[in-house]
Amino acid sequence: MKFTIQVNEGPYQHQASDSAYQFTKAALEKGHEIFRVFFYHDGVNNGTRLTKPPQDDRNVVNRWSDLAAKHNLDLVICVAAAQRRGIVDDGEAKRNGKDATNIAPGFRISGLGQLVEGAIQSERLVVFGD
Amino acid sequence: MSMLHLVNKSPYERNSLDTCVGYVKEGDTLLLIEDGVYAAMSSGKASAKLSGLDVAVLGPDLAARGISEERLIDGVAVVDYAGFVDLAAAKDKVQSWL
Repeated sequence: MKFTIQVNEGPYQHQASDSAYQFTKAALEKGHEIFRVFFYHDGVNNGTRLTKPPQDDRNVVNRWSDLAAKHNLDLVICVAAAQRRGIVDDGEAKRNGKDATNIAPGFRISGLGQLVEGAIQSERLVVFGD
Repeated sequence: MSMLHLVNKSPYERNSLDTCVGYVKEGDTLLLIEDGVYAAMSSGKASAKLSGLDVAVLGPDLAARGISEERLIDGVAVVDYAGFVDLAAAKDKVQSWL
């Protein structure tokens, strides 16, 4: 079955990003397809490569990047939410005159249309948030 | 048209469980995750609201909060993340009551 996952909460706030990750991982292990993971609102903060959590804590960002690399996941960050919160890739840095980027490997920045497409193309949309 | 309802906040913190139970129909399942698992405790204030409903609770979130299965309402199913995925696939839609 095809799933799209929506994450509305940043890492280390409550539990939404952890729950979404565990659900995504379990779905993949069961042979389901994850069409897309869409990061919206504060969820875009899951996509910065500059985090450095303590060594004995889980690394929420790296965990998403690693899962994406392993399963060729499409991790999409909402562009308007990213601009507000300073999540930047090369294209956004150029377009908005920023002097740095911070997007994590495996993530890309795109529009809300990607969420709508995910909802249409997938059989289930599962939302995790606050 | 069956639905999986997700509630992720404690009934002591939010009223999302109250909102949710008003919409749960025959054939639906209510899955309690994250702080929502507190609602499944038999001694809790939410226990009466769940009677007659098909209720499941996420085991890892229960364990993370130190709640043993003996303290749950009778008939509540404990599932792991694989069981969560199975429920999402088995029902026609998934609704998160955020």
